[in-house]
Amino acid sequence: MEGQVWVKGKELAMDPAAAKMIGAGLAAIGMIGSGIGVGNIWSNLISTVGRNPAAKNNVELYGWIGFAVTEAIALFALVVALILLFAA
Amino acid sequence: MGSPVHQFEILPLIPIRFGALDLSFSNSALFMLVAVLAIYLFLARGMRERSLVPGRFQSLVEITYGFVANMIRDNVGKEGEEYFPFIFTLFTFVLVGNLLGMLPYSFAYTSHIIVTGALGMTVFAGVTVIGFMRHGLHFLRLFFPHGAPWATAPILIPIELISYLSRPFSLSVRLFANVTVGHIMLKVLAGFVVSLGLLLGVVPLAATVGVTVLEFGIAFLQAYVFAILSCIYLNDALHMH
Repeated sequence: MEGQVWVKGKELAMDPAAAKMIGAGLAAIGMIGSGIGVGNIWSNLISTVGRNPAAKNNVELYGWIGFAVTEAIALFALVVALILLFAA
Repeated sequence: MGSPVHQFEILPLIPIRFGALDLSFSNSALFMLVAVLAIYLFLARGMRERSLVPGRFQSLVEITYGFVANMIRDNVGKEGEEYFPFIFTLFTFVLVGNLLGMLPYSFAYTSHIIVTGALGMTVFAGVTVIGFMRHGLHFLRLFFPHGAPWATAPILIPIELISYLSRPFSLSVRLFANVTVGHIMLKVLAGFVVSLGLLLGVVPLAATVGVTVLEFGIAFLQAYVFAILSCIYLNDALHMH
């Protein structure tokens, strides 16, 4: 029964290749959260520097680390999408 | 146009086989060798004169050294200095690997999870061993934050344990995914240039140039993040929290 989709005992005509594409698209939705997170980091960093420009050197580093760590979450979602597209 | 993931294919350049064991000298190994040679030549050339007023090469070497030394001093403290050679090697190896991968027709070995996974696992295993050697069984205290009520232990300890065990995965997947995705994005954008033709192709070409600049930034940032997270994990093991 491999490669066939069954709904309520009836076979649904769905190409496995199409299912792969849909799955990859769904996996990419996970990037929404990361987008919000990265936006939060930069908006807070900008407002911090705006309020206290002297703090720029102290907070900039943590901003970049926070960005890289948060961005990784989006990339996990992307890796799932890529596995579906090219490896599954 | 080939598939965007074709560029990550590992090709055996000198086939070496022992039965089922494939130890071929691949393009990945070649570029690792090139990276190590490049780092060695850079450091050796820069340190040749050893003048009080550094020349161009010596300045570059000193900046690199000072950068990593400062990172360790800020994040680990005085006790971290004995781990400087490891962090410096890690940083330069990842950085040169990322930058070499940006050259056309070259191979980015950091785009393979097996390479970054080996690096991440080494950091994780080393840090755990250091923690147990310094603190003994008291190191397990890391999994339970100070000041938390004992009743929360059944929830907190599994969470802390999972977050500790997921460190090598997030460390290695972050680097691998960043490099892989950057290269795929460049390839897809470059494909648009070909399919749009001479006139309209200028738009994706400009985007490709912009993304290339971004990728150089990412190449540096990811090497930096890899090194600094290793420092932070080392600091956790040395000083607990």
